[in-house]
Amino acid sequence: MTRGTIQNRDAFLQTIAQRLGRNPRLSDVSRPQWGYQPQWTVFDGYSQDDLLKVLQKQCELIHTDYIETTSAELAGALRRQVAAYGGGPVIVPDDPRFAEYGLSALLRDEWPAEQTTVHIWNPALGRQNIDAAEQANVGIAFSDITLAESGTVVLFSRNEQGRAIHFLPKTYIAIVPKSTVVPRMTQAAAVIHEQIEKGELVPSCINFITGPSNSADIEMNLVVGVHGPMKAAYIVVTDR
Amino acid sequence: MPMKIENGPFWKRVEENLQNDFMREAVAGMQDRGYVRRLGVIEELGHWEEWRSLAEQIRKHTLENLDYYLMQLSENVAKRGGHVFFAQTAEEANDYIRRVALEKQAKKIVKSKSMVTEEINLNPVLEAIGCQVVETDLGEYILQIDDHDPPSHIVGPALHKNKEQIRDVFQRKLGYTKSSDPVELARHAREMLRRDYLTADIGITGCNFAIAESGSITLVTNEGNADLVTALPKTQITVMGMERIVPTFEEMEVLVSMLTRSAVGQKLTSYITVLTGPRDEGDADGPEEFHLVIVDNGRSSILGTEFQPILQCIRCAACVNVCPVYRHIGGHSYGSIYSGPIGAVLSPLLGGYDDYKELPYASSLCAACTEACPVKIPLHELLIKHRQIIVEREGKAPVAEKLAMKAFRLGTASSPLYRFGTKFAPSAFAPFVEDGRITKGPGPLKAWTESREFPAPSKERFRDWFRDRQKGGNPL
Ligand code: SF4
Repeated sequence: MTRGTIQNRDAFLQTIAQRLGRNPRLSDVSRPQWGYQPQWTVFDGYSQDDLLKVLQKQCELIHTDYIETTSAELAGALRRQVAAYGGGPVIVPDDPRFAEYGLSALLRDEWPAEQTTVHIWNPALGRQNIDAAEQANVGIAFSDITLAESGTVVLFSRNEQGRAIHFLPKTYIAIVPKSTVVPRMTQAAAVIHEQIEKGELVPSCINFITGPSNSADIEMNLVVGVHGPMKAAYIVVTDR
Repeated sequence: MPMKIENGPFWKRVEENLQNDFMREAVAGMQDRGYVRRLGVIEELGHWEEWRSLAEQIRKHTLENLDYYLMQLSENVAKRGGHVFFAQTAEEANDYIRRVALEKQAKKIVKSKSMVTEEINLNPVLEAIGCQVVETDLGEYILQIDDHDPPSHIVGPALHKNKEQIRDVFQRKLGYTKSSDPVELARHAREMLRRDYLTADIGITGCNFAIAESGSITLVTNEGNADLVTALPKTQITVMGMERIVPTFEEMEVLVSMLTRSAVGQKLTSYITVLTGPRDEGDADGPEEFHLVIVDNGRSSILGTEFQPILQCIRCAACVNVCPVYRHIGGHSYGSIYSGPIGAVLSPLLGGYDDYKELPYASSLCAACTEACPVKIPLHELLIKHRQIIVEREGKAPVAEKLAMKAFRLGTASSPLYRFGTKFAPSAFAPFVEDGRITKGPGPLKAWTESREFPAPSKERFRDWFRDRQKGGNPL
C-alpha cells in the first residue's frame, strides 16, 4: 500500500500543545482505566436463547421482519422471504457460507431456472457489480456479528463482499447464525479492538446495520426507506 | 452556508420567530415526543449517570491529549493510503478541498450531513469552480433546493418547514406532481438522489468520531445517505472538527451509544459506518482516493480556557431538545447554524462576541441543558461565564440586557437562591413574575413574555414542568 501524504501537521499540533500549556505530546499516552464500565453490564449473564428473545423484540421496533429457522430449512425460508419482497433480481456476496449453509443450489440453479436473476459479487467485474446492486430487488448477506440490544447486523467488507450490496437494493435480508449474536455493540468493538492490537488491518468498511433506512426529516414523520433499502428481514439460523 | 445566518438583529429575529406558529408548534412537538423517547431508551439502558461519567472521562482525556491522538490518527490514515490535511482556518480547508476537486475535474459532488462544512462555508467555494454540490441528507436536501434556507436544528435541519411547504418547493424546483404525504415526498427525493450518487465524482462527508488507533472515521445516519456518498464516487473527502476523535473502537462504541440515544432516542441509528482509508486493493466499490481534512477554525483557542468543556460536545442536540427558550424562539433566532444551548455557548467562541453577544442571554439558566447533556458539559455555567465576560471584560452588554444583568448579580449575591441556575433564575425574574408566569419583563424579556406560554422557571425545574405537561397536569 502506498503511504498517503500528511500536510501542515507540525504547526497544527504545536498550536494545540501551546494552548494546553505544555510541550507537544506525540507518543506514550495510554488510555486510562475508565472509572466506569456500565456497557459491560448490559444483558450480562444472558444465554444465547435469552439474547435471541431480545433481538426478536427489538426487530419490532426497527421495522424489521424476524424469522427463525434451522439450517435444514434455511433455503426454504430464504426463498419465501425473497418472494414476499417481490422476487429478484437478487445480489449476494461471494461468501463460502452460502455453500456451507446449503444455499448453493438455490443461488446457482433453482432461482436462475425460475428467471430470478442472481448476481454474485465478483470484484473482477468492477463497476458491473454496482449496476447489478442498483437493479437488484433484494440484497442478501451473512451477519458477521449480531447485536441483540439494538437489532444490528455487523458486516465486514472484503473483495468478495462490496458495500453496495447493503445499500442499493430495494430490500435487504441478513442471514443471522445464532452463534453470532452478542449482547451489544460493546462486544463487537472489543473484538475489533483486539484485532487491531494484534496488528491486523481493519477492513476498509465496517457496517453496523439496524433495519431498513429511514428518516424523520419531514414534520418528524417516520418514513421507512429513504436512500437505502425500504424493507429488511433477519433470518436467524438457530442451529448454527 | 457560513456559520453566521444573516437575518437581522437578534431581538428582531426573535420577535419574527415568535410569530411563526407552525415552527413553534413543530418545535414543541419535537421536544415533547423527543423527551419521552429519550427518557425511554435511557431508562431501558440503566446506569445512565455512570454512562455520562464514562463519556465525560473519555472526552476529557481525549481533549487533554488531543495532539497525541491526532498524531496517531494521521499516521494510521497515511499508512492505509489516505491523505491528511491539517487546516488551521476555514480558508485553508476550503482551499485544499477546492484543489482536490480541480485535480479530479469534478463536476458533481454529493455530500452527507456535516456541520463543519457548513461552518467553513464550503459549498460556494466548490460551486464557484463549476461543481454541482448536492446535499443528500433529506432535511438538508430540502433546504438546499429551497434556495439555501438555513438549518434550524443541528440534527433535524428542516424542522421548521411543514410538508405543504416542502411539497411546494418540490413542485417549483423538481417538477414534483404528487401530494404532501411525507412518504411520497421522500420517495421522490430518493429517486432524484439515486442518480446523483451514481454519477458523482466526489463524495464529501463530515465525521461523527474519528478513531485514532486505526485511522478510521465513523458516520452515524438513519437514511443511509453517507454510505452511498462513500461507496460510489471515486474520491472521498471527509471533513472533521479537530476534536471529533476517540482513542479506540471501544470509546467510539460508548459515544455512539450515547449519541444515538440522546439525539433520536434510538439504541443505534440504522447505519453506523466505520471507514478506514480508501477501498482495499481488489475491492470493486468504495473510493479509490481518500482525503481527511482536520479543521481547527477557532477551536484551539478554546483549549486551555474555561470553555474547554464545550469541545466535549458530540452534537446530539439533546440540550436543544429540552431548552425552553429554543422551544419558543426556534433555531433561526440564534443567527448561527449552531442553535440552542450548544449554539449559545459555541457561536460566540467561534464567531466572536460582536455577532453573538445576545446568545448567552437566550437562556433562562434553568439547567435543563446541562442535565440532558450526555457528556456532562456544564452548559448553563458556560453561559454565565459568557455573560460575565461580556459585561466585565468586553463591556459589550447590550443596553437592553443591563437590567437582567443587575438582577443576575443580585441573584448571585443572595447565594442561597443560587444553585446552579435552577434556583437562580427566579431571583433574576422575580419582579416580573405573576402567577408563575413572566408577564412583563425588562427589555430582554419582552420578547419572551410575548409568547403566551413561557413558563417562569421559578416554581419548578424545567424537567418537572415537562413531566407535568406530559401528564396533562399543568396547563402551561
Ligand atoms: S452540548 Fe451536550 S447535549 Fe448539547 S449537543 Fe453537545 S453533547 Fe449534545
